Amino acid sequence: MAGEVKTKLSKNLLRMKFMQRGLDSQTKKQLEEEEKKIISEEHWYLDVPDLKEKESCIIEERSFLRCEDLVYGRMSFKGFNPEIEKLMIKMNSKCKEEEIEEDDKMEADVSDEEMARRYETLVGTIGKKFLRKRDQRVLKDDDEDDEVEEGNSNIRPSKRAKKMFLKPQD
Amino acid sequence: MAAERGAPAEALVGQVVLPGDLLLLPAHYDEDAEGERLRLSAGTAPQGRLLCGPGLRRSGAGLLVTKCGLLRHRPAGGGAFWVDSQQKRYVPVKGDHVIGIVTAKAGDVFRLDVGGSEPASLSYLAFEGATKRNRPNVQVGDLIYGQFVVANKDMEPEMVCIDSSGKSSGMGIIGQDGFLFKVSLGLIRKLLAPKCEIIQELSQLYPFELVLGMNGRIWVKAKTVQQTLIIVNILEACEYMTAQQRKQALAKLSGN
Repeated sequence: MAGEVKTKLSKNLLRMKFMQRGLDSQTKKQLEEEEKKIISEEHWYLDVPDLKEKESCIIEERSFLRCEDLVYGRMSFKGFNPEIEKLMIKMNSKCKEEEIEEDDKMEADVSDEEMARRYETLVGTIGKKFLRKRDQRVLKDDDEDDEVEEGNSNIRPSKRAKKMFLKPQD
Repeated sequence: MAAERGAPAEALVGQVVLPGDLLLLPAHYDEDAEGERLRLSAGTAPQGRLLCGPGLRRSGAGLLVTKCGLLRHRPAGGGAFWVDSQQKRYVPVKGDHVIGIVTAKAGDVFRLDVGGSEPASLSYLAFEGATKRNRPNVQVGDLIYGQFVVANKDMEPEMVCIDSSGKSSGMGIIGQDGFLFKVSLGLIRKLLAPKCEIIQELSQLYPFELVLGMNGRIWVKAKTVQQTLIIVNILEACEYMTAQQRKQALAKLSGN
């Protein structure tokens, strides 16, 4: 059975994945290249030079709607159909809005600077509400420290040190 | 046939042009001049692209006229040229609002006659608030105001009665009574112009409702049959009346 004559395996069989696992990388690459060559030779292609597409500035349009400025087709007069009259105002003002560009700046009751100042303090005030007790104490110390410059500066630093977890030393 | 030398487009605005005329555009629209675009200063080159409207076709050196009529121009928004021509036959165009007559119900789709070469199709789901269970109440013979979503020479035109946000915004079934008649397409465009005198004068007469379809169909409804017919006659006749004659006719009517 395992005689001298080695059975000749076909090319297609050799090309299959499970047969190639034993091969080394070089022969694999060679086989791959051969495959690519076969595939690319079979592909059809046009033998004409590449035409570069020109960017055109002209759009062709078959609708009059985009050329002319036409109003909406449904109309009602003298209150015959109130819904249509409302619609008319809406649709026709939509077209006009695009043309008229107005600066819609309402007069502010409060000026921008005042608003900024308010917000500066507001954020702090509201933020304090949500602090935990420990943070509140620190904050209070900070505030007092800022406001009262003189005072018992000896006691302050020791109190100020936050109580951190002290790792027990073996 | 000898090729005609074209004339510059801007010189012919407002004049009659015939099919076969070639309109030359200013240099910055030239497709072949790629390198030359850089030489133009920013002030002269217009923003956006040129719109080549109905009646015109793009050809190598400029625009070719395909319909006879008056050449119009709009300088805003990149510029647009088109030919204002007269015709009675409507060709479906995407985006146009038209009045259609329901001719058949075929399963989930209605067939509408819009005056084109083929009947348009309208799905029953293309109405505002329509679901599979909640079907719109459309019968054969009803009038529908809708817009085209598909309209080209290769496919059957399709219509819908809602806009892109799903709202009906006035489209849908047109109500009971009223009178439907046909006019030429040029008159419709004249009536739809922003400040149309005919419409303004008519609106002083009596209360009425009007729907204009771009396919040449107009639907009118007023309180009595007589008023409706008067409005119909005026709209049909005003195409060939001068402003003077029209004012006279209306004065006679409002006198009555």
